[in-house]
Amino acid sequence: MNLPTGPHDLGGQEAGEINLTEHDTAWWEWQIDAMVRLALSKGLITDFAELRDGIEQLTPKDYKNLGYYERWARSLAWVLVDKGVVTQSELSERVQAIRARQEKS
Amino acid sequence: MSHDDHGHDHHDHDHDLTFQPDHPEPESDDALLGMALRELLIEKGMYTVSEEQAVMATMQGASPENGAQIVARAWVDPDYKALLLADGGAAIAEFGHDLSPAEFTVLENTQTVHNVVVCTLCSCYPRALLGMSPAWYKSISYRSRVVREPRAVLAEFGVELSDEVEVRVHDSTAELRYMILPQRPPGTGGWSEERLAGLVTRNSLIGTHRDLMISQQLHE
Amino acid sequence: MSALFDVGQTVRIASREPGVHHRVPAYAKGQVGFIERICGQHGRPETLIRGDGQPFERLYRIRIPQTDLWPDYQGSDRDCLDIEVFEHWLEAVE
Repeated sequence: MNLPTGPHDLGGQEAGEINLTEHDTAWWEWQIDAMVRLALSKGLITDFAELRDGIEQLTPKDYKNLGYYERWARSLAWVLVDKGVVTQSELSERVQAIRARQEKS
Repeated sequence: MSHDDHGHDHHDHDHDLTFQPDHPEPESDDALLGMALRELLIEKGMYTVSEEQAVMATMQGASPENGAQIVARAWVDPDYKALLLADGGAAIAEFGHDLSPAEFTVLENTQTVHNVVVCTLCSCYPRALLGMSPAWYKSISYRSRVVREPRAVLAEFGVELSDEVEVRVHDSTAELRYMILPQRPPGTGGWSEERLAGLVTRNSLIGTHRDLMISQQLHE
Repeated sequence: MSALFDVGQTVRIASREPGVHHRVPAYAKGQVGFIERICGQHGRPETLIRGDGQPFERLYRIRIPQTDLWPDYQGSDRDCLDIEVFEHWLEAVE
């Protein structure tokens, strides 16, 4: 079989039993979903292809360990930093602030 | 362009909206990265909380009942079924759905053909017709295995097929979005569309369920 | 723009590694199948990542027998796999 092009190129690989457990979509997951859609409708990105491209550049380890919405978040952040919409330091600072807020409540 | 401001500190307002007692909080580094990005985009005026809520309401409003309604119509109306199979986009437009620029494509199950859908490369899914995709559809296991050993995967879902039935796997690699048209169960002659729609399971619309039963509930 | 390939025509999916986002799965590269249907025209992934995807290109659904794809395939000889491939990834086969 051909080598996969990236960590996303999964068709035909060996894998284990499928976990059939379902879970309700978390509020933050709906928010990431909305953010991606709004990024598109507001023209911050021109197509989902940009985000798929970002996701495909994750390391195989990150790809397997991150959940679906975490991958979209990581990719959108990367694309928007690249475009100059936000900076890496703004993001890092805000992540710390959110953690601090969570620890207080 | 300015974000909603009811006199609250902006961060508290968003924190109120973020925290939902019945839902898990974002905890991982990347979930928080998403939340940080969200706050920054809102502060920078890229979108508003109102717009966010409107998008969320729309997405949350979609469910497999939408797909079930279309299946039921196709079962009772042969002309609609023909349209659905020839031009899925035109058929669902009659119910107010629009997946364009994606091409909505319906695949019919028969006595001799069983269809099952996957997106091996990322998890593309017709959300407007089926609601949020289940975790298993997005899983590495499903995406890896269903193209290569569909019958074994289907057996894990309780679908056993003889060799008389041809299994067709559809990998959503580009701009098509798929829904299965399951077979109408026997014993449903004369049923209303609403009653028929109640028989259609979400998994039957993806292809991991084949034989719909009269006692079936929508949420199974 | 009319389609280069006809329904039923035998085609091979190219085996390229373009080094950019392209959405042809590894398992399909180099495989031979036939045109199951001609789809619409869309932006290619390779160009959508950096623009509006113009000019659009013809998309096709290709049907490949599972026994061709997987040497150890478990199932009927008639089982098949359908995938969507853009025109520039397809080559005619005699």
